[in-house]
Amino acid sequence: MTAQTNPEQSRNPIVRFFNINTSGEIGGRKLPLWRQLLIQVITLIIAFEVLFPIMYVVTLSFSSKTTRPSTLQLIPKEISLTAYKQVLDRPTANPVTFLQLLRNSFGLSVGVGLASIVVAVTAAYAFSRFKFRMRAVLMVLVFVPLLMPGIGLATPLYLLMNSVKVTDCGAGLMAISPFTTCAAGAGKIIFNLRDSLLGVGFAMIASALPFAVWNLKGYLDTIPKELEEAAMIDGAGPNQIFTKIIMPLALPQLAVTFFLGFIGHWQEFAMPWLFLTKPQDYTLAMTLYNMTGQYASSIPWNRFAAMAMIVAAPVAVIYIALQKQIVSGLMLGGVKG
Amino acid sequence: MAAITAPNNFRENRPKLRQPITPFLYLLPAFLVMGVITFYPLLYQVVLSFTNFETRHLLLAFKSPDLEFIGLNNYKQIIDGSLPVQNFDFFRVLTYNFWWAITNVMVHVPAGVLIAVVLNIQGVWFKKIYRAIYILPVVIPPIVVATVWRNIFDEQYGSMNQLLTAITSFFGSTDPVRLRWLTEYTPPISWLLPNAPLTLAYYAMMIANFWLGWPFMCLVATGALQSISKELYEAASIDGASGAAQFWNVTVPLLRPAMVPAAIYGFVMSFNLFNFVYFMTQGGPARSTELLITFSYDLVRNLRLYGVAAAFAVIIFIVALVVFLITNRITRATESYA
Repeated sequence: MTAQTNPEQSRNPIVRFFNINTSGEIGGRKLPLWRQLLIQVITLIIAFEVLFPIMYVVTLSFSSKTTRPSTLQLIPKEISLTAYKQVLDRPTANPVTFLQLLRNSFGLSVGVGLASIVVAVTAAYAFSRFKFRMRAVLMVLVFVPLLMPGIGLATPLYLLMNSVKVTDCGAGLMAISPFTTCAAGAGKIIFNLRDSLLGVGFAMIASALPFAVWNLKGYLDTIPKELEEAAMIDGAGPNQIFTKIIMPLALPQLAVTFFLGFIGHWQEFAMPWLFLTKPQDYTLAMTLYNMTGQYASSIPWNRFAAMAMIVAAPVAVIYIALQKQIVSGLMLGGVKG
Repeated sequence: MAAITAPNNFRENRPKLRQPITPFLYLLPAFLVMGVITFYPLLYQVVLSFTNFETRHLLLAFKSPDLEFIGLNNYKQIIDGSLPVQNFDFFRVLTYNFWWAITNVMVHVPAGVLIAVVLNIQGVWFKKIYRAIYILPVVIPPIVVATVWRNIFDEQYGSMNQLLTAITSFFGSTDPVRLRWLTEYTPPISWLLPNAPLTLAYYAMMIANFWLGWPFMCLVATGALQSISKELYEAASIDGASGAAQFWNVTVPLLRPAMVPAAIYGFVMSFNLFNFVYFMTQGGPARSTELLITFSYDLVRNLRLYGVAAAFAVIIFIVALVVFLITNRITRATESYA
């Protein structure tokens, strides 16, 4: 087949030129060499496009200089781990260790991921398997928050959590707002839910939970009902069916939903950046943002690049390992929300 | 997609062994949690949107003596642009937001499909290697991508200007290229989208988001391509269809059921692309790349106009609802292909 076969049948010059044959098996003929080379050129250009920013940041991260090179460098001239070492030793100007930042990020994303699937799974089961009054209304109720982007809830959550405080009134007395307050309104605030990782976690769960319910319900709907019917005939009640049949079958999807939550909240920035003020509560995403903030000209670029690599690593690893499941899970959530 | 309106996928003859209370027990944990941290804040938000809540009310909240209910004033101010905020015009931001999402999807989907198709041609060398490389943008967190691209578009040392310098010097120019990608305010093509000027930052973000966006579409398209039965192509070629005719009459229609939801997913994602935009330009210069979502964040985080922010979030919700109703209709209209 040459590129000129039936040119009048194709409207697209690109398709006509390559005579693209998506079946790939017509006649079992081999690709002519010139076309093979042409495709190779194109795919190499695309590969360059993809690798360009990646190689740029990799090169920066392995540099021992804090300034950026004045000409384009995409291949590391030196492999120096100074930047990584510095970032791990002292990630910010504040007295916070890297481990603390890592623990905050990890705690938040794992906590939110776990909490949302644990709470969501029973509701997903109920929506998927039971028929009850108000079912449609309750489902719409769960669906409504999905329409709202997570940040849309930031204002009320900020204000509501800001009013939850523990105040030390002195003389060994404690007051818990909004239920009790210190007499003169004075006192030292020792805990403010808004300014804590716990509060940020709640704020994240607020949007993660409806997504988890929908995602899990969508999966449970695909589990054939014959299994349960057989179990029912054997005398199993709904609780037994849930624990003995549904849960084991849903385990893979629970894991996927958990990892989706983990990935999403590992890089969550908006809520922590709004809520948290204490440097020891900062997450890795916030640190990365801080590194590129206002004072961009004074950034130690190699350290910024090293930090970017560190933040990207866990997400990239999980994504590559669970690529297929995550893509279909995302689509389910994306289309419905 | 059977989002809201299809509760009828039950078998009529299922044995009725559930006690009426059981389903509610199963729903209880989720609704308890959501009641406190989702539904109550949503209602609180609506109430808040009718007040003039500002920083000075933080301590006493609704017990503050000078907290006033000002009716629809916040909404009115947002719509007619009389907010005490510089460079904000609601309809400009709204137009830009839709334009941003649509133009992104319009380049990501065709690019992703074409690349997937090229890589699916039988006999191409190193397919596996290319596929492994092309997946990389999908797996890197957008916040990292945005910070890296922001650096790339830096005026002085950014690698984009360095690349352009390398190209122009190849053609004989000696001046280094110094495009102010993220700070230049004058729109390069002024007639495009007249009521929302597209600054150079928009094009820079389109480039960066293109890098981020097409590989996902390529991934979805590759999956769909591989599930198309070979017999269809054999039948088509027996009928005398050329490769191109096969592409338009077999591949494209069969890709549609997978690509329409992917495109809608891409649209919704681009529409609310907070992290990427905030890390790259923060909506600047002069709010020209501001999305609804980044502006609403600015209202809470920096301007601290809580009442206005709540009203703005309610407006965002209405916009999101409209977008959902439209996309839901599109998915349902194309579902018959599946």
